[in-house]
Amino acid sequence: MHLRDSESDAEFRAELRAWLADAVTTLPAPPDATDWPGRRQFDTVWQNMLFEAGYAGVNWPAEYGGRGATPTQHLIFLEEAAAAKAPDVGVGFVGQMHAGPTLIAEGTPEQQAHHLRGILTGDHVWCQGFSEPGAGSDLASLRTRAIRDGDDYVVTGQKIWTSHAMVADYCELLVRTDPDAAKHKGITWLILPMDTPGIDVRPLMTVQGSAEFAELFLDEVRIPVANRVGEENDGWRVTNVTLSFERGTGFVGELLDTTNIMGELVELAQRTPRGAGTVWDDDGLRRDIGAIAAELDALWAFTKRNVSQGAKGGMAMGSGSAFKMSYATVVHKLGDIALRVLDRSSLAFDDIGGESTGAQIHHKLKGFAVGIGGGTSQIQQNIIAERVLGLPRER
Amino acid sequence: MDLDPSEDQRELQQMVRRFSLDRFPADTVRDFAAPGHFDRSAWRELAELGTFGIALPESAGGVGLRWIDTVLVHEALGAALTPGPLVAATLAAGLVPGVLEGEVVPAIVERPTHGAVVVEHLSVADVLLVIETDGIRQLDPSSLDATLLAEPTDPATPVSLVRELPLGELIANADTAKHLRLLGSLLASAQLVGNAEGSTALAVNYAQEREQFGRPIGSFQGLKHLLADCYARTEVSRSAVWAAGVLVDEPEAGDLHRAVAGARVLAGRAAAENGKTCVQVHGGMGFTWEVDAHLFLKRAWILETAFGSIDEAAEQVAESLSASLA
Ligand SMILES: Cc1cc2nc3c(=O)[nH]c(=O)nc-3n(C[C@H](O)[C@H](O)[C@H](O)COP(=O)(O)OP(=O)(O)OC[C@H]3O[C@@H](n4cnc5c(N)ncnc54)[C@H](O)[C@@H]3O)c2cc1C
Repeated sequence: MHLRDSESDAEFRAELRAWLADAVTTLPAPPDATDWPGRRQFDTVWQNMLFEAGYAGVNWPAEYGGRGATPTQHLIFLEEAAAAKAPDVGVGFVGQMHAGPTLIAEGTPEQQAHHLRGILTGDHVWCQGFSEPGAGSDLASLRTRAIRDGDDYVVTGQKIWTSHAMVADYCELLVRTDPDAAKHKGITWLILPMDTPGIDVRPLMTVQGSAEFAELFLDEVRIPVANRVGEENDGWRVTNVTLSFERGTGFVGELLDTTNIMGELVELAQRTPRGAGTVWDDDGLRRDIGAIAAELDALWAFTKRNVSQGAKGGMAMGSGSAFKMSYATVVHKLGDIALRVLDRSSLAFDDIGGESTGAQIHHKLKGFAVGIGGGTSQIQQNIIAERVLGLPRER
Repeated sequence: MDLDPSEDQRELQQMVRRFSLDRFPADTVRDFAAPGHFDRSAWRELAELGTFGIALPESAGGVGLRWIDTVLVHEALGAALTPGPLVAATLAAGLVPGVLEGEVVPAIVERPTHGAVVVEHLSVADVLLVIETDGIRQLDPSSLDATLLAEPTDPATPVSLVRELPLGELIANADTAKHLRLLGSLLASAQLVGNAEGSTALAVNYAQEREQFGRPIGSFQGLKHLLADCYARTEVSRSAVWAAGVLVDEPEAGDLHRAVAGARVLAGRAAAENGKTCVQVHGGMGFTWEVDAHLFLKRAWILETAFGSIDEAAEQVAESLSASLA
């Protein structure tokens, strides 16, 4: 066991660091969180720069246009990008983390040829149409109906919580193709071009005050059968290929972001006068922050452990769940401390007193996104209890 | 980077755990602290496995592995609830002749800033090491004004009250003292991780067997979620402890002091919380002397205070944050 970089990893890190240092200085100012076309444009520019420099799809196989780097180097990439304060994956999330890997694993050569490059260059933005009003944690109960009509599926139904749907070109869509089969057995995975007639996207305002996700109304939307990934009624298996990308390393960027936010909170606490000194002089608060930092360090070590296992063939069952639920808890705890540090400056999302106080409140609310999106913490607990600890199912 | 133990390392852990469960079964652990119950021959056998010299060079009689391996061994010892001055012996093995072989049994304590001092395992020790700011001093336990306490919190950990520690002979310098304190904290944390895992396994086992309302209590989500939390705490704290263990061997790869302090915060909490859950999951049985649940919990409380408290550790991490900003 070791933590230091191997020679080739150290080389990779050094080259990347040098490139990042230059690259971030050429970026335009980031757009406002509510300016969706601007956000898409900004994220695409960055992704394009990564592509040109050979850093797009670091962990994708080289034969599909990726860098074919080791999981460890992928981790180094994410670490260095965060350290350089480079933009995160942004609207490229679903394409790079879910849709792309699914197409690599399950797509036809035509589908791969048509889609993968666009994801890597940043020109194709994807969204994920899985959840429905009636199908959240119990995703397999989804009801959006697809009826075969010649070379098309005709799809009618409703999706919800579809992140970035407002600016997406494609949607990875789960539909029901066999309503009579057992719920896991009648689902199909389709590629939906978002400019197809019959789609109505209605943005939903989140607790953070911006429209990160949307409702998707589908009314007799025609999707070519050629857009099916995997066999008809085999979509649940295809979906699980996707979900396995969603847990574990998928949160590395977020974890590093949280670590940055914590660093900013410490600085803020040291600058904020309270009583005879500053907020940082408060023993209780300082220790609570110390404990949070320890937890973030531990989650970083956990990530390295998972990546190490991944490099040897696979993460241990339950590690992704344990990571995700623990991370959600830490974000909540950090947010609680942020309110104690901010005190009355927490009354607005606006920055107060020349400090970036708003970012702390935004981040506090993010705890919910982590603990709800992609399988709630309770669902992660169920997974650990039943599949790792072997406790009997409730029903 | 590789933070996943090798096959050999896992086998080493299993070997130590099996040996320990075999030679120190729960029934002997239960009243290990009672006078005359310390089993010197079992202790010698444990020493013969190489337990106390994992990271000592072979030229010094050790196994010649690294500190991370020592950490893994202590994790296994903690999971098996192995009794005795395990951390003391591992720290003293390179300093006091006979400890490595299990012939000389050591106790170790930090000199308190004031007042009397509580020392674990003093009643069975042949030598007492005192960690001081200027180095490590050695004392003869029989020369001390010490009282063996009648009711130690952990029935497997005898404790004595020493009214005043004399100075003693200086056997190592200040740097060694500092380093040993750090290692002592880390090894106690490693045992805490094993303890957290052990109490979880005990609770899961009971939850699968015990039935109420016509089904195993482990099918109730209220218990499932408590136990899933135990699992998550164990794995997160284990990651922290392993990273700290690797940093002892590769100090250039990170902030060792912060890692050891952070590991204590996580491992201390994990063991204490999991131990509580273990008692709760056992219901009335959990409140009995007979069930092992309290042994895990009480050992966790003892280890949690070894070479620094959770509060002190959290403070250290906080200080490292402000130092890294300065
Ligand atoms: C920020 C964000 C972004 C998202 N982006 C997307 C996206 O891009 N695409 C997409 O398809 N979906 C997306 N989602 C949806 C997300 O996957 C669902 O919200 C999530 O799976 C939970 O489903 P639900 O909202 O219907 O809650 P429900 O399933 O109704 O859960 C409500 C509560 O009941 C609990 N609960 C439910 N079942 C159980 C059980 N068996 N045991 C114990 N407790 C249970 C839950 O833990 C929760 O506390 C996003 C969600 C968020 C918050």
